[in-house]
Amino acid sequence: MGIYLDNNATTRVDPAVVAEMLPFFTEHYGNPSSMHGYGAAVGGKIEWARGEVQKLLGAAFDTEIVFTSGGTESDSTAILSALKAYPKRREIVTSVVEHPAILSLCDFLESKEGYKIHRIPVDGKGNLDLEKYEEALSENVAVVSIMWANNETGTIFPVELLAGMAKKVGALFHTDAVQAVGKLPMNLANSNIDMLSLSGHKLHAPKGIGALYIKRGVRYRPMMRGGHQERGRRAGTENAPAIVGLGKACEMAREAMAVELTQVAALRDRLEKALVEAIPNCFVTGNPANRLPNTANVAFEFIEGEAILLLLNEEGIAASSGSACTSGSLEPSHVMRAMGVPYTAAHGATRFSLSRDTTAEEIDTVIRVMPGIIERLRKLSPYWTNQGAPAGFQPVYS
Amino acid sequence: MWNYSDKLKEHFFNPKNAGVLEEANAVGEVGSISCGDALRLMLKVEPETQVIQDARFQTFGCGSAIASSSALTEMIIGKTVDEALTVTNKDIADFLEGLPPEKMHCSVMGAEALRAAIANYRGEEWVDDHEEGELICKCFGVDAAMIERAVEVNALTTLEQVTNYTKAGASCKTCHEKIEDLLETLLAKQGKTLEPVAAKEPAAAVVGLDEIAPLAAKPAAPVKKLSNVQRMQIVMAALDEMRPYLKKDGGDVELIDIDGKNIYVRLSGACSGCQMASVTIEGIQTKLVEKLGELVRVIPHTMMAAE
Repeated sequence: MGIYLDNNATTRVDPAVVAEMLPFFTEHYGNPSSMHGYGAAVGGKIEWARGEVQKLLGAAFDTEIVFTSGGTESDSTAILSALKAYPKRREIVTSVVEHPAILSLCDFLESKEGYKIHRIPVDGKGNLDLEKYEEALSENVAVVSIMWANNETGTIFPVELLAGMAKKVGALFHTDAVQAVGKLPMNLANSNIDMLSLSGHKLHAPKGIGALYIKRGVRYRPMMRGGHQERGRRAGTENAPAIVGLGKACEMAREAMAVELTQVAALRDRLEKALVEAIPNCFVTGNPANRLPNTANVAFEFIEGEAILLLLNEEGIAASSGSACTSGSLEPSHVMRAMGVPYTAAHGATRFSLSRDTTAEEIDTVIRVMPGIIERLRKLSPYWTNQGAPAGFQPVYS
Repeated sequence: MWNYSDKLKEHFFNPKNAGVLEEANAVGEVGSISCGDALRLMLKVEPETQVIQDARFQTFGCGSAIASSSALTEMIIGKTVDEALTVTNKDIADFLEGLPPEKMHCSVMGAEALRAAIANYRGEEWVDDHEEGELICKCFGVDAAMIERAVEVNALTTLEQVTNYTKAGASCKTCHEKIEDLLETLLAKQGKTLEPVAAKEPAAAVVGLDEIAPLAAKPAAPVKKLSNVQRMQIVMAALDEMRPYLKKDGGDVELIDIDGKNIYVRLSGACSGCQMASVTIEGIQTKLVEKLGELVRVIPHTMMAAE
């Protein structure tokens, strides 16, 4: 069996989620909009699923949840909605370490639509520059979009504080919480967060389903127009099986939250500690004190991430890297660059993202094989000498 | 996941000639840690015969960079220096049974390291080889000479290909214009032009439509206005031209009336009531617009009564 430690990319659909979904393909296949029993059976279950999402988010009303096709659609909908709702405000505030779902959209809005984009920088541990954030806020800002937690390092942003600051200038606050939902407790009922994106496949639901939370009273303009589904906020026949799957996954995530926060975090810490102890010239990126419980991102100096992944794959271990060569873009990770991680290490940054399915044995296997892989590649590297790090080497980042 | 060949995987998982060559008398170093790949190639050249007796490498980089380095050493050991110089990046890629397009720059790095090492052996300053070569891509340190070589050896024709082969322009993109200028110059030497992106006519959306109305280049605007009789003659001639195609399918077409821009026709035989009738009408319209050099509407005669 393989060891899957790439849960920030996507997760295994829980078998209980699949079981919950199956009847909605061949038995309860009606269109919930239809006036017959077939439709009614589906409609009721969709509302149950909405309630489960609401509970996981701690939202005040289930009607604040709109089902979408996933994180990217939720992000686009939220930002475009805010811009349409406040046409006189022509600025957006976001961070340099957002997911491409936000960054590419902002680039487009800047170059093609003439919006002004404030991209707030981060420090070496990935923490947001709060002074720059405060400076960027003004009554020209239509919407702020800052992620709840970073997908590469797991670093958590103080979204509640940021949302409160945005509120003072009358800007809407959106958060891409795709990595945080199901891993961190949330209580949106007592929050200044106006909109929140989540994605099913990051929490053991299938791909192609997600949700957008829109606080009651927040001005909203739909992106998808058409039928009356989702109270006119997202037209298109409901993806009923996937919605049911998301509902079940949210129910299970709520029950497993304690496991995520304790057991998974303990395994992650054990992995990180062992790697840093056993392997010279490596360090943990992100903010160790304020991170998602499941994410470990370790930068190994003087070697390149894709080579690490290929050798890990030979051992049956799946991880991920911020290296240029794995992305197809030829650029190293924008997150590593934004944090000022030197090139000597940025290319070797390797992310292990655990889930509640991860076992201690699996972590021990990684701890066992990793030093050999790193040593093997360093022996090939012109930047590594027999004595260890190159002469004159100064640990620039620790 | 990249689609790597078995040969490439073999050279990555079990690289040949990796490590330091103590008795090297030629060393070539290319790339940099900021680019994400770097290669130090070490050669031991026999001075009498000029034969490369041994070659070793050290590489910082991805799987294909390490495999390209390993392949390079295997390809040049036993060759004379002059013979080795004929090895191109394409030869390295071929040796590895192909590289994904985005990874071609790894083979280029190998070929560059070889040239650097041989220049070093001959006591030449390698960069002097192309001193005229302006640094084009500052992010990845790619100069004009390197782009030129990649373009010539691999017959590259687009900016995207140059980026895939050399990495030039992959990061900040400010050098795209310079690359395009250079590419234009190089292509002009071969009598080619830099092809504009997406210049092709889109393919006909409906299969068979082109048989009824072959897509042709738009006609030049007619110099003078056609008289009604001239127009009618052109329309009749055009319909006659299409008739054989319609008859082949058991149908026919007949001109009913011309009312300004509206041309009424009757489809008969298999064409009448055919589900593809609207497609046929569209085909006739395309043909008539082409022949008349003006925009007209072709309308089935059944619509006439309704008006």
